[in-house]
Amino acid sequence: MSKLFPKSSNRLPLQIIIFLMVFGGVATAGVTYYMTPKYTRVGYAPVQPVPFSHALHAGQLGLDCRFCHSNVEKSGHSNVPSSQTCMNCHNQVKKDSALLAPVRASAETGEAVPWVWIHATPDHVFFNHAAHVNRGVSCVECHGKINEMDVVAHAKPLSMGFCLECHRNPETRVREKGDIFNLDSQTIAEKSGVEAGLKFISDWKIKPPESCSGCHR
Amino acid sequence: MRYVYLVAAFLVVLTVSLLGFRGEQFTSAPMDVFPEWAFPGMKYQPKFRPQSSSTFFADGRADRPLPANVVPASLPLRADDAMYRGKDTAGAFVTTFPAGIIIDAKLMARGQERYLIYCAPCHGSLGDGNGVVKKYGVAATSYHDDRLRQMADGQIFDTITNGSPSKLMLSYADKLEPEDRWAVVAYVRALQRSRQGTAADVTDTAVRQSLGIR
Ligand code: HEC
Ligand code: HEC
Ligand code: HEC
Ligand code: HEC
Ligand code: HEC
Ligand code: HEC
Repeated sequence: MSKLFPKSSNRLPLQIIIFLMVFGGVATAGVTYYMTPKYTRVGYAPVQPVPFSHALHAGQLGLDCRFCHSNVEKSGHSNVPSSQTCMNCHNQVKKDSALLAPVRASAETGEAVPWVWIHATPDHVFFNHAAHVNRGVSCVECHGKINEMDVVAHAKPLSMGFCLECHRNPETRVREKGDIFNLDSQTIAEKSGVEAGLKFISDWKIKPPESCSGCHR
Repeated sequence: MRYVYLVAAFLVVLTVSLLGFRGEQFTSAPMDVFPEWAFPGMKYQPKFRPQSSSTFFADGRADRPLPANVVPASLPLRADDAMYRGKDTAGAFVTTFPAGIIIDAKLMARGQERYLIYCAPCHGSLGDGNGVVKKYGVAATSYHDDRLRQMADGQIFDTITNGSPSKLMLSYADKLEPEDRWAVVAYVRALQRSRQGTAADVTDTAVRQSLGIR
């Protein structure tokens, strides 16, 4: 009677196990690389109705973020500016530019310019700009170098791990009061060492929430 | 068996070439890894967030504009004309600061900070009209001429609140609270004063000597 299975099939179970391990490893690597916000969000730069450049307005002209995002220190929501804010200058500068037509139309009719919202947390997360900006956290920590971007791109993952990374060790990330809106500034720790950062944290009694109910209210 | 690995390797190359690497820029909406239909959760709640859109209202906005003459119940009633409109009871611009505003170093520091954010781009940090946008064609007034030196405090306040009479300069009322507007007015007055100093203003004898003033 001939053999039902060739001799080589003795190795098959082992080979299958090894293959599953390799395959499982590759699949896990793929999921961690591709299914986290570091891949899905970072780099998101939608086409906006007006090609507004932060590199020109905030970088070259040196406008303060608060000139346009005027509520950022006062409220949880950092507003995208009204068209009147643009018309302050653009009723005189480039006042016939075709690129600015949606802004002019909006200023005339009162309809909103349909800016695309880039950074958005899920609805179950509580986030507050004023609580960060008034307590030593600069825009650059969460939005990257906006003042060098021609088109705003999502620079940081803004995932739960990203938030907690700072909430656990704020001493390396805080800045002095005058540096918050200067995106090229250095953190206190970079300027004068982590001890200075720790001192700032204890002087200002900075205690970012680490418990679930702090961010999921 | 070798083929299985070859196919697996091919799949890896295919995925990487389709999905690319982290950090590349893209314009389509970010992929939702746990979509709501498969993993129902609380990511999208039936609530409106500030400045979001709504299909319910004709203009597509969830934020509703205030109807005319509405007064927010959460704020004190802004009945004080001098404080909130810069005018006296007869309707003329006030020439002094309202009673509620105390001019001290704190107010001046606040005024300076607000001035540098909201006015300096056009009027310049010295108030001489040489802001950064001057060379692009914004002709902002210099504070250092007689008309603006004589201008009533209340009229500067009114310019911030309602814009200039010609509407070349628009209102900054949405960016500056009335208290902040008065702080800016105080700082504008300080800028004007800074160009009208005389030797008699220096009172410290040591400084007088170092400057060579007798
Ligand atoms: C001249 C006005 C202006 C100034 C000054 C300005 N911005 Fe903006 N900003 C805008 C407008 C308009 C948008 C919406 C269009 C866009 O995303 O490009 C925006 C969008 C953004 C966004 C993305 C919002 C979203 O949808 O998630 C961020 C983040 C941002 N700005 C940060 C900053 C920072 C930080 C500064 C200071 C360095 C700054 N901006 C200065 C006008 C301004
Ligand atoms: C402080 C004044 C100022 C404000 C406020 C301002 N801009 Fe500008 N903007 C400029 C200047 C200056 C230029 C450059 C003009 C040039 O290059 O000649 C410019 C250029 C532009 C251009 C390029 C126009 C073209 O035809 O090349 C766009 C688009 C633009 N701005 C959009 C906006 C939007 C949208 C806002 C409101 C969020 C805004 N700007 C607010 C000063 C301003
Ligand atoms: C601690 C992190 C952090 C800092 C610091 C921060 N942001 Fe944000 N920003 C966020 C997050 C998270 C969102 C998404 C908020 C949401 O879902 O409403 C956001 C959203 C925005 C938006 C879009 C509108 C909105 O509120 O959803 C703008 C504009 C913006 N930020 C501007 C700024 C500016 C300007 C600064 C600095 C003055 C700043 N941010 C500092 C984390 C931060
Ligand atoms: C770079 C540092 C940093 C990052 C990143 C950061 N935070 Fe914070 N967070 C702080 C600091 C500092 C405080 C202030 C703590 C205090 O005032 O005692 C704070 C406070 C808070 C508070 C309490 C606010 C209040 O009103 O009590 C919440 C909620 C919060 N953060 C949520 C978030 C979320 C959500 C994210 C991620 C999108 C985030 N934070 C990212 C530093 C950070
Ligand atoms: C510093 C703020 C912060 C704290 C503290 C925090 N979270 Fe989160 N959490 C977030 C943010 C931001 C997200 C959204 C992440 C994203 O969209 O990528 C999130 C998302 C989640 C999600 C995913 C929900 C979904 O639908 O994908 C779960 C589950 C969660 N948090 C549970 C917890 C638990 C449990 C704790 C306490 C141990 C906790 N969180 C503490 C900020 C926080
Ligand atoms: C976008 C540029 C711009 C900004 C920012 C700006 N102004 Fe002006 N301002 C002008 C221009 C242009 C004029 C000349 C208006 C005219 O001739 O009608 C002017 C005129 C004035 C005048 C004289 C009004 C009159 O009746 O002649 C005063 C006072 C004034 N500005 C104060 C301020 C203060 C205070 C701020 C800061 C809150 C400010 N401006 C911010 C552009 C600006």
